[in-house]
Amino acid sequence: MIEVKGLVKTYGANRAVDGISFSVSRGEILGFLGPNGAGKSTTMKMITGFIRPDAGTATVDGIDVTADPVAVKRKLGYLPESAPAYPEMTVEEFLGFIAEVRGFRAAEAKRVQVDRAITLTHLSPVRRQTIETLSKGFKQRVGFAQALLHDPPALVLDEPTDGLDPNQKIEVRSLIKSMAATKTIILSTHILEEVEAICTRVIIISRGKVVVDETPAALRSRQPGARLDEIFRSLTASDV
Amino acid sequence: MKQITPIFKREFLGYFRAPVAYVFLVSFLVISVSLAFSRYGGFFKAGTAGLESYFVFFPWLFMFIVPAIGMRLWSEEKRSGTVELLFTLPVTTLEAVLGKFLAGWAFLALAIVLSFPMAMTIAYLGSPDWGVVTTTYLGAILMGGSYLGVCSLTSALTKNQVISFVLSLGACAVLLFLGFSSFTDSLEHVLPLPVADALANFSFITHFDAFTKGIVDPKDVVFFLSLTGFTLFLNVVALER
Repeated sequence: MIEVKGLVKTYGANRAVDGISFSVSRGEILGFLGPNGAGKSTTMKMITGFIRPDAGTATVDGIDVTADPVAVKRKLGYLPESAPAYPEMTVEEFLGFIAEVRGFRAAEAKRVQVDRAITLTHLSPVRRQTIETLSKGFKQRVGFAQALLHDPPALVLDEPTDGLDPNQKIEVRSLIKSMAATKTIILSTHILEEVEAICTRVIIISRGKVVVDETPAALRSRQPGARLDEIFRSLTASDV
Repeated sequence: MKQITPIFKREFLGYFRAPVAYVFLVSFLVISVSLAFSRYGGFFKAGTAGLESYFVFFPWLFMFIVPAIGMRLWSEEKRSGTVELLFTLPVTTLEAVLGKFLAGWAFLALAIVLSFPMAMTIAYLGSPDWGVVTTTYLGAILMGGSYLGVCSLTSALTKNQVISFVLSLGACAVLLFLGFSSFTDSLEHVLPLPVADALANFSFITHFDAFTKGIVDPKDVVFFLSLTGFTLFLNVVALER
């Protein structure tokens, strides 16, 4: 479903992403791990068509993002890091705007999509509040609602549980899991237990390169008895 | 191109979701009207039922006030990170640029049209030439579009609203001053005469003046529209780089 082929992105003298390739099929939840600055967000931004790769490409459902970015954007739901949204709009207005851009122009179709997204992410108590007045957890859920709104076949989530309290984390994880059967999901995270809890596959990147691409169980069996964060540390030790 | 509608709608209503719109509209009208009634405007002294003494300040006023609308167009999106959201939605850069620009332009046009009590005043005091009044309003809106195009472009260059405002102000000031002989005269000392002459044609004032006299010269209309189009084209390029 999502195929990444030799993505490269250089900022000045720094090669942020250095030839990353992988593919994710439907029903998989791919956990994207790596130290800060390893190139996780940059890779996601290239898959979603926000920044153009210097070399390589990504395809979603066979559509090349460098050739037809708008078609790819139609297929993807994307939660950018720190869930940006227009602060002066209410949750309802904001999701209504997203619905209109996603092609739900008729009042009824728009209402149905907005209500569905609000129910899925439990936003009903704050639906008429402006986004700037929301707590971090609610803001994160607004970003999530925005990504889910058009029921996309593929989701790209950049740190979806970042800033949430433990209860909210569990809730978001179960939501991601419940959608997994029919969708392709890529999520980035710092939390190793999250990978074990929900991901069917894990990719660790370090200094812009893929160092691990296997199941969480295989990752664990690399060093039997060791904690996941110890394994993570030994794999990414060169990246400090 | 149908994606322009939701972007336009969000941006236009966005002015009214924050106090920006009201502060802007009120201060624009208060400043412009008081300038006309001041001794520099001489609205009553002119003794004619026309709006020349009101609109004569517009090129100057726009130099300060249009950057205030334009500076937030892109700088704000870049600062808050919503630009990433906007450009991962199924819209092209051109659609986003046009949607946001048209919203700003519509807002500016609203501010200009809200000066209608001035037109009612002259209608009460005398019998104005409505043709001239109409062309003046048309000219002001077209000129506002060009100013806003410049500001939209400078706003796409930075995520800092203050830098954006100062850049816009500078760019607008240059386009304004090109109409003054003292400014172009000093240009002629530095640049070859044909170049200085050509540059003088880029002044807002020279092109706006004809409208206030009731003349709609295609070359003025083309000037404003092409300047707007060109700055918006550069705006798209600046965002895509």
